[in-house]
Amino acid sequence: MISDAGETMTNVQPKRLNAYSYLIEKEGTMNVPVKIFASEKLLQKMMEDRSIQQGVNVAAMPGIRGWSIMMPDAHQGYGFSVGGVAAIDAKDGCISPGGIGFDINCGVRLLATNLEKAEVLAKIKPLLDTLFKEVPPGVGGKSYFKLSHAELEDVLLNGAHWCVAQGYGTQDDLDCCEENGKMPGADPSKVTQKAKERGKGQLGTLGSGNHFLEVQYVGKIFDKKAASVFGITHEGQVVVLIHCGSRGLGHQTCSDYLRKLEDAYPEIIASLPEKDLVYAPANSQLAKEYIGAMCAAANFAWANRHMIGHQTRKAFKAVFGEKTALKTVYDVAHNIAKLEEHTADHEKFMAWVHRKGATRAFGPGRKEIPEAYRAIGQPIFIPGSMGTSSYVLVGTEKSMLESFGSTAHGAGRMMSRTEATRRWRGEQIKNELEKEQIYIKAASWKGISEEAPLAYKDVDEVVRVSDEAGIGKLVAQLKPIGVVKG
Amino acid sequence: MRQPYEFLDHTSEAKFRAYGKTLEEAFANAALATFALMTDISKVKAKKEKKIVLQGKGKEMLLFDFLEHLIFLMDTEGFLLSSVKTITITKKKVEYELRATVLGDLADGYETHSIVKAVTYNDMLIEEKNEGVMIQVVHDL
Repeated sequence: MISDAGETMTNVQPKRLNAYSYLIEKEGTMNVPVKIFASEKLLQKMMEDRSIQQGVNVAAMPGIRGWSIMMPDAHQGYGFSVGGVAAIDAKDGCISPGGIGFDINCGVRLLATNLEKAEVLAKIKPLLDTLFKEVPPGVGGKSYFKLSHAELEDVLLNGAHWCVAQGYGTQDDLDCCEENGKMPGADPSKVTQKAKERGKGQLGTLGSGNHFLEVQYVGKIFDKKAASVFGITHEGQVVVLIHCGSRGLGHQTCSDYLRKLEDAYPEIIASLPEKDLVYAPANSQLAKEYIGAMCAAANFAWANRHMIGHQTRKAFKAVFGEKTALKTVYDVAHNIAKLEEHTADHEKFMAWVHRKGATRAFGPGRKEIPEAYRAIGQPIFIPGSMGTSSYVLVGTEKSMLESFGSTAHGAGRMMSRTEATRRWRGEQIKNELEKEQIYIKAASWKGISEEAPLAYKDVDEVVRVSDEAGIGKLVAQLKPIGVVKG
Repeated sequence: MRQPYEFLDHTSEAKFRAYGKTLEEAFANAALATFALMTDISKVKAKKEKKIVLQGKGKEMLLFDFLEHLIFLMDTEGFLLSSVKTITITKKKVEYELRATVLGDLADGYETHSIVKAVTYNDMLIEEKNEGVMIQVVHDL
């Protein structure tokens, strides 16, 4: 094992604003300052790799407004850090595939059940076996829903609406989903054949890595009113959290457009500190094409999580009977760019808000929020790592002012997979978690050790900072009892 | 003898270096490293044969496309690589051309622990020296 020379400490020293945020003043090529939401502990972690420098690099993107923002869970990515937000002027800025990520519309869906912790724990093993069968990891296109060319085109254009039209799930699922499960502006013709080939056998599959389906119970409710509006009614209630994205179709779309941009804009590449920051200038032909493809890939992801939700219902009914109800609480994207109206420098403007590993956190009143939730703000889900808590938060007015309506998206890795597999064996982790009544069904032991809970930052700390900073207020803590991992 | 590839620490993704006496050998070892991230390649049987022909403007692009093609085969058909049977890289007028025959099996019945989502150019290196070739790649996991 040799050390990674690429992960050097940053020499930038952010200025402390208060207990939960830091600022790097604008200088040199930066167009805006960098704002970091972090406690001292989380900032120290960020200082150990290139994430802060990446935040500084993003501040130099053309058309960026306000700040280059880093969330409490930020860590090193390519070009943009993971956990970064950039509001880039739609009129004269740009769009950057690297500011969205390879897994376009990776996100989280939460379903609330009418079951209690004790009754689910009593059948947890058969439940996990059934879930693992109904929601496969999907290696090599092993989906239950193989799509024809025409069907895939329909999914890319209509997202989760296609699923409901085919009889999977209900209108309620669409009502409680970001963008109602269908991104406007999708153009399937801009998704390459190669990406489509990868996607057509992957609908309703989980993938692998940090993607999982978790059976959880409500551990603690912090905000009774918001929780009950979201359908989270009491402690002990069982919920299901699904974390995955657009699978190979989205990954290929990002790769394809990075290549197209590389070919079209060698002069932009030459001017950048990292190649992965490459962008298409606003209103360029490639910007239009990428946006069409990105929205189509986002639709694939919503259809994917919708189908996984459908399969989850099927599995629960098979184990607990037909009366089992699973209501979609909401579905959030955390790797995406959205056209939104915001304010910076006392001026309203339309921005492509790039959220790469960040969750939209719109406060009360925004028209984008489902009617049922509009009075209180949108639900936000922050999944922990395997075996740790996940959280439900609610969007705030302050997030609109401080972070372009965004907050954190997860725990964020702090240890490499290679180091994690050196330290722990999968069997050992499984046994230890079982002692705490957390059961795992995974495709492999190694996959379990790579995702060891201690390889991640402390999600409790990430959520605490988000809450204190006011960019997402705590609603409920969810605790795992069963994990399905690809 | 030097190991064919080794994994480096990377907080969130997968980074490796692959070595070879020639560019071809280093490319082949980079392909094996890619699949070693996903499964125990020593267990994969050489049941299926795939032929790959690719052109690229530079060596980095050729490497990117070669690894991406293998990921494509894995995603669409479930093809897991066991070995690279033959590989040649030739410089044409403006482009490089890669021709390879690879062996492997379908994923059914094998344990996979990760799926590589995408190849990246992040920190990609191809260093050719008298003593041999070193390739460095970061995959998005």
